[in-house]
Amino acid sequence: MLRTNLQHTDTNADFTDVVENNENVMICCGRMGPMCLPVYDIMDSIKDNYENVIFRDMDFDGPAGHNIASLPECRRFNGLPFTVYFKNGKVVAATTSIQNKKQIKEILDREFA
Amino acid sequence: MNNKYDVIVLGAGPAGLTAGIYMSRARLSVLIVDSGTAGGQMVMSYTVANYPGVETTSGWNISQTMLSQAKSFGCKVLTQSPVLSIDLSSELKSVEVEDEGTFHAGAIILATGGVPRELGMKSEQQYKGIGISYCATCDGDFFTDKEIVAIGGGNSALEESVGLTKYASKVTIVHEFDHFQAQPWIVEEARKNEKIHFIMAQDIVDFTGDEHLEKVIVASKATGEKTEIPAVGCFIFIGYVPNTGIFQGIINMNERGEILTDQLMQTNVPGVFAAGDLREKRYRQITTSVADGTIAALSAIDFLQQKSIN
Repeated sequence: MLRTNLQHTDTNADFTDVVENNENVMICCGRMGPMCLPVYDIMDSIKDNYENVIFRDMDFDGPAGHNIASLPECRRFNGLPFTVYFKNGKVVAATTSIQNKKQIKEILDREFA
Repeated sequence: MNNKYDVIVLGAGPAGLTAGIYMSRARLSVLIVDSGTAGGQMVMSYTVANYPGVETTSGWNISQTMLSQAKSFGCKVLTQSPVLSIDLSSELKSVEVEDEGTFHAGAIILATGGVPRELGMKSEQQYKGIGISYCATCDGDFFTDKEIVAIGGGNSALEESVGLTKYASKVTIVHEFDHFQAQPWIVEEARKNEKIHFIMAQDIVDFTGDEHLEKVIVASKATGEKTEIPAVGCFIFIGYVPNTGIFQGIINMNERGEILTDQLMQTNVPGVFAAGDLREKRYRQITTSVADGTIAALSAIDFLQQKSIN
């Protein structure tokens, strides 16, 4: 269970709902670890500036985690968190391990502008 | 947002947050600015078992409690907000913060801590997350039954290597010296572990692979002879460097970039104090940073009081 200020995606149904029913979605899938916490914090700090994007986190070890872990775009990844950006239900970008604010904003601005 | 404060604290780790708690409780207006996450390196600790008065918990939990304490006393806290420039030359000091503007204060506390030391190689970035990791607890299970490398020779490197043997079939520790800096008990524990192998006195030359990391290439410091170590994972634990680049040329430092202070945390610039891991000191613990932050806060309060009297 993640303890962040973000909205969580806890179940398979949550995941399907958020990805299929929203145009722009960013999901950070990780644990409460040192590489993951900064990404959650960045998402929380910028979410108000991207009203067109749905920001969610997901417990890598939770019941919905496999939805992200099994994506072809994450096949090579072995550093948490796995952060995936969806546009109209399709993956448009995916990153592994810690990212900084600049890297995250670059993807958001490029994919969801 | 108000742009004038009594004190600006740069850094929201244990030193900075503690300073903020003390000063805001003393009714000073305080702004804390951090380029990253509140808690600093403290959040890197999954388990903190030696913080007096607190049962075993995580660094994240302690940092969230400190942050909430600081805010409850009135501290304004900006995280994920890099400092672009500072001007400490006049009585009213200035700090320019990305996307937020320029803030002014009569005193400044520098508490920007340290940042993980990197090898500085292009291939290190290339394989980050697809072989190279900095957190055994986070990523260890991706390497179950695989051969991996751990780089470093301090306490963290050896403790994490022992932990990684829960998952990996073989852990090769590569260290630049022919001896470890770690404490003897953890060296002994690592040496007794049959899954751990050692290659000493080596430089890291390169990381190679196709879709993910496949080899770590090292070279003997004595002979230059290269060795290719097959590894799908490599964990890097080579310590921290003080995060003081922006203060170079303004604040006195030693040759390692650590800030020099007196026992009241005063730097060479009047009204500028330093606290925590960015200082020149022997021991770096959450508790020592909290102590530094307390002293820096009390010194800053005293400095401002003296200034108002004069």
